[in-house]
Amino acid sequence: MNPILRLLVQRIALGLILLLAASVLIFVGTEILPGDVAQSILGQSATPVSLANLREELGLNEPATTRYFSWLWDALHGDLGTALTNGRDISTSMGQRLGNTLFLAFWAAIIAVPVAILLGLIAVRYLGRWPDKLISGATLASVSVPEFLLGYIVMYLLAVQFRVFPTVSMIHDGMSLGEKLSAIALPVIVLVLVVLGHMMRMTRAAILNVMQSAYIETAELKGLRPFLVIARHAFPNAIAPVINVVMLNLAYLVVGVVVVEVVFVYPGMGQYLVDHVSKRDVPVVQACGLVFAAVYIGLNMLADIISILANPRLRHPK
Amino acid sequence: MTRIPISALIGLFFTGAYFLAAIFADYIAPYGMAEIVGDVWEPASSKFLLGTDSIGRDLLSRMIYGGQTTILIATVATLLSFITGSILGFTAAVSGGWVDQVLSRFVDLIMSIPSLIFALVVLSVMPVTLPVLILVMGLLDATRVFRLSRAVAVDITVMDYVEAARLRGERQTWIIFCEILPNALSPLVAEMGLRFIFMVLFISTLSFLGLGVQPPLADWGGIVKENKDGIVYGIPAALIPAFAIATLAISVNLVADWVLNRTTSLKGGRGG
Repeated sequence: MNPILRLLVQRIALGLILLLAASVLIFVGTEILPGDVAQSILGQSATPVSLANLREELGLNEPATTRYFSWLWDALHGDLGTALTNGRDISTSMGQRLGNTLFLAFWAAIIAVPVAILLGLIAVRYLGRWPDKLISGATLASVSVPEFLLGYIVMYLLAVQFRVFPTVSMIHDGMSLGEKLSAIALPVIVLVLVVLGHMMRMTRAAILNVMQSAYIETAELKGLRPFLVIARHAFPNAIAPVINVVMLNLAYLVVGVVVVEVVFVYPGMGQYLVDHVSKRDVPVVQACGLVFAAVYIGLNMLADIISILANPRLRHPK
Repeated sequence: MTRIPISALIGLFFTGAYFLAAIFADYIAPYGMAEIVGDVWEPASSKFLLGTDSIGRDLLSRMIYGGQTTILIATVATLLSFITGSILGFTAAVSGGWVDQVLSRFVDLIMSIPSLIFALVVLSVMPVTLPVLILVMGLLDATRVFRLSRAVAVDITVMDYVEAARLRGERQTWIIFCEILPNALSPLVAEMGLRFIFMVLFISTLSFLGLGVQPPLADWGGIVKENKDGIVYGIPAALIPAFAIATLAISVNLVADWVLNRTTSLKGGRGG
């Protein structure tokens, strides 16, 4: 078998096993922990009858393994159960919100990835000089700042002081693309700032690593302009680690949306999860956890696959 | 004694100031934590140095008490994650074989779910109290410490002096605590600063989402949450705790950078 194909199959199988194990972990985390789910939903003052009813309704009298497998079987068929708090079907309420979240993450990624790579290239070109130092300093600052602080600073400046964008990001189906983009401008800016620093620093490190090679010296000695050396000779050889970093940050983006959505009251997955954690609505939390874990594991898997594909030694075996 | 660079001095100064303010909160806070002393969202004045909050409590006092809670939780959780993570990491590296495999694969699994999401899932069924928060945060973060300490310890276990200790017939606990721990300490201490920042951000995020420290206790993330509605009216009260979190994080970062540079140069510039 072609070695690259074997690697890919191995990696995908590993991802699927990981996802399965993660689903067990999420289920165990919510069901078998000390403390009774029914009790924590209804609170300390619940009567024994209502507790018994809720246990019956949740199927808590069945053994845990039976419940896990029926939950997993239903989830594989797209049925994530119904919410305890409003009795609505989770898959339908989540579908819309997942779309909104992906819409937000997509636009953040579209802006953040090229900017981060360009800034990384600039930092290497002016290594040790002021543009590099400025970029590194800004990176340190942005890594140390919580997402909600960035959210409120951006909101305070752009929405309250200068009134460029609205403070809350409500979107609905009737809006045109332009209106939607204007509504999500602030959360997108925050998400870009959140991932930019890390992504840029890793790009810089990856390219610097390649800059030690002999062929870079050759390119310099034949008189290429410094930026061309980096863009044409260093960057293509650093592409695998760079793509890896980009993917990891996209995965991080999916988590970062949780906080940012709450800040801007955006109707997405994060808001949905946080709302239902405080209402102790266990089926919704399990479903959201599963979806977030699936996206996260999927993006990590994709990162590995792309870096395997980007390696010419694996693509053309001797 | 080597000279301390200016950035590390700044970092040490601010970190020290925050910790001292947290320890002596009862003496330096001008008003009580839950005491309503003025109007809603009064601007900063000589009476209220940072103004008042959404129901008229003194913001400076809330900030000082909030810092106490945030720093306490972050410190205890960091210690928990270090003790659990490093002992398990060293054990995995020294034992090797199936112990190493089981522990490492389990850590891989936990790390495959983002920690914020996992914490939210667990907190949806657990009562949200300080011990539970510390336990959840500390154990989730122990996975990161495990990875680092295992990686460091794997390099050390192949050293001759560990071999010698094994041949002398020392027990595993001796090898972990007397041979590996002293030699793995410097990278771990530098990492500790970063984990502490992560804990501060983590607990603040949870509190901001309303799932961390519960009222009447105050903490920085919670103060942001209480005052966030003021932003729309142009009242920057919510930005003050957020600013405190950021300055604490940056100053601890500066100190950690310095410790890392200093310890690597002591070791003959390894990786430095």
